[in-house]
Amino acid sequence: MFDLTGKTALITGASGGIGGAVATALHGAGATVTLSGTREAPLRELADTLGERAHVVTANLGDAAEVEALPKQAAEAMGSVDILVNNAGITRDNLFMRMSDEEWAQVLDVNLTSSFRLARAVLRGMMKARWGRIVSITSVVGATGNPGQGNYAAAKAGLVGMSKSLAYEVASRGITVNCVAPGFIETAMTGKLSDDQKSRILTQIPAGRMGSAEEIAAAVLFLASPEAGYVTGATLHVNGGMAMI
Amino acid sequence: MSDIADRVKKIVVEHLGVEEDKVTESASFIDDLGADSLDTVELVMAFEEEFGIEIPDDAAETIQTFGDAVKFISTATA
Repeated sequence: MFDLTGKTALITGASGGIGGAVATALHGAGATVTLSGTREAPLRELADTLGERAHVVTANLGDAAEVEALPKQAAEAMGSVDILVNNAGITRDNLFMRMSDEEWAQVLDVNLTSSFRLARAVLRGMMKARWGRIVSITSVVGATGNPGQGNYAAAKAGLVGMSKSLAYEVASRGITVNCVAPGFIETAMTGKLSDDQKSRILTQIPAGRMGSAEEIAAAVLFLASPEAGYVTGATLHVNGGMAMI
Repeated sequence: MSDIADRVKKIVVEHLGVEEDKVTESASFIDDLGADSLDTVELVMAFEEEFGIEIPDDAAETIQTFGDAVKFISTATA
């Protein structure tokens, strides 16, 4: 099950907790991977750990020119991009009334616009191959909202609408477009929360614990696999029951 | 028939799975040859690759028939 031998995957934000776990899972299933992120050192470290079939391309997804170059470099390194995982994400939390245009724009640019541009760029090869997988990592807050995260929630909800629209367009070409919506996962992003915030959040999670990056990676692996060929336009919520939607 | 027309016809026949004699000068990809809008995008992509040219979006919109395609490509490669 879930054999990706011979497939090529581009993972953005691969230096982060979830991105690294996704890259490891896809690579473990046999895929050749390109790890992308802003910092080269952690990407290189992960690539060395994975060994063969792992490439590194750094890119700042807030920079349109770098976003445009990324899929080309990935295709040069791997020969194609069969699987795109839009995982990179940033937060610039602030109360709505205090949120600056810049905080709004940065989050939308990196989390949503770059995903649009990357997806558009890799579609050509996928259409020709009559096979492709685009998986975007969204968030439970894209569906539920979260105080202080108007920008982040908007970007994540935007990814869902974008994915569904694209899923319609390319379903007949063997390309699926889906989202994975993590709840609270133990990563650097949630590590910024105080113990008090964490314990309050845990009372809202029926599973009684935070999730692991590997549990998100497993969902991505499924959606990227040949077995998930009939799943498209879907959002797979992985949140310990925090929001049953 | 010119070499360009032959090559364009081959792409259209292969991509849309239509009979060769249906691909006439005035045959519309969408109305006569059963293409959907995504097929037309793919045809343009295939033309670009076959002839090593770039067909910008506004030009692609004017390519409605087999004859349009041959004419555009003949000019672009001249």
